[in-house]
Amino acid sequence: MNKLNKLLTLLFLLAGTFATAQEITVAAAADMSTALPQLVDAYTKKTGQAVKVSFGASGNLTNQIRNGAPFDVFLSADEEYPQQLIAEGLASKETLYRYAVGRLVLWVPSDSPLDLERLGINALLDPSVKKISIANPATAPYGRAAAAALRHFGIYDQVASRLVIGENISQAAQFVESGNAQAGLLALSHALAPAMKDKGRYWAVPLDAYPTLNQAAVVLAKSKQRDAARKFLQFVQTPEAIAVFAKYGFTLPLEKPSTGEIMK
Amino acid sequence: MNWEAFWLTVRLAAIVSTLLVAIGIPIAYWITYSRWRWKFLVEAAVALPIVLPPTVLGFYVLVALGSRSPLGRWWESLTGHTLAFTFEGLVVGSLLYSLPFAVQPFAAAFGAVDRTLLQASASLGQSPLQTFRRIVLPLSKAGLITGFALSFAHTLGEFGVVLMVGGNIPGVTRTLSIDIYDQVETANYSSANQTALFLLVVSFFILSIVFGLNRYGLTRRNWAVSPWR
Repeated sequence: MNKLNKLLTLLFLLAGTFATAQEITVAAAADMSTALPQLVDAYTKKTGQAVKVSFGASGNLTNQIRNGAPFDVFLSADEEYPQQLIAEGLASKETLYRYAVGRLVLWVPSDSPLDLERLGINALLDPSVKKISIANPATAPYGRAAAAALRHFGIYDQVASRLVIGENISQAAQFVESGNAQAGLLALSHALAPAMKDKGRYWAVPLDAYPTLNQAAVVLAKSKQRDAARKFLQFVQTPEAIAVFAKYGFTLPLEKPSTGEIMK
Repeated sequence: MNWEAFWLTVRLAAIVSTLLVAIGIPIAYWITYSRWRWKFLVEAAVALPIVLPPTVLGFYVLVALGSRSPLGRWWESLTGHTLAFTFEGLVVGSLLYSLPFAVQPFAAAFGAVDRTLLQASASLGQSPLQTFRRIVLPLSKAGLITGFALSFAHTLGEFGVVLMVGGNIPGVTRTLSIDIYDQVETANYSSANQTALFLLVVSFFILSIVFGLNRYGLTRRNWAVSPWR
């Protein structure tokens, strides 16, 4: 019996290695780390298509794609990086699709004394906030949005010395979630994720304070499975997928997002 | 070349390797002369950073020494901030990370000193400490320099721990290796290349000194010390 089990396991593993031939690989912005696994699960269940996902800052992923990373689909946190790849001939223009709009939030741990509702962005000026985590503006659209928002409210220079920079928006979230920073400008999708939901409070940064995070996706030119990649991108546009995005606070690019702040 | 990052990195490496001489000598002394049967456990613990991924160390500095842990809170009450995102944090992380690169050459050098010299010194009425200071240390000069240089070079090239706990703050935690990473990720290959080439040359230079020293320099006859032994 034991031998049979081992044999079956071996066969299973072998089958696994064969299956990778049809697998597609998605490079996704780090703010998708909450919603995308759920989406991929649903897709694989439905179609049998295996999907592997690599998360990172959109800029880092773009650079990896430039250097030949074997991705089939790229889900960026902005539209600029996919546009750059299209201009460089590395992504196909007709597949470009705005799949969601991301939102920037000011997040503090539950035990924080800060009254976000009353103070808003000015909570960052409180002396108890020694470190503020943001994503790297050089490579992460959320980092750029954070810097733009701080400038919009005219407090960038006052908080600049207290900024700590996460490699991507997930690391920025982890800096505050672990208590090493006292506040962070994070993705709403992280604030709503089960892992962080009960650990803190957030204030949604008003949409006019930073350029809209129009998140766009493309199929990459070097993909060897463009059809499978396109099909996955089509699934991302279905109501089922949109419902998952909505659950994590993403809105649709076409609909007019409300400018009212979401409170928690 | 980012000079701010350069001086920060040099300062970090100098502080860490100097502290490691002070911390490493007693540890190496104990490892060399102790007859405790469980000594191998301590040796294994000291060597851990050679095999562990830096992410393990980074993770513990962030979480075990973060403000959610008792140890982290104690540190915070002492200094007013947590270790993450500070220069001290990088020093603490690098001390752990480069420890074996100092201790192992030290211990190898101490162990290579002829024991009959120690016995002679003892029979002439010198205390063990005096023997160590006047016989062992001078004869271990090459090993001490090797340990200092290796831990300096190793700290110079540290990346994983700094990426995890540094927070990329210019002038505080943005070291040369992080600067290169940022340059590469933003496709500034020419400035990445400048810094990378610089680190390559400096590291080669330091290692050449170490190996040259052990081959032709301060060592005598069979007391040559290799860092790898």
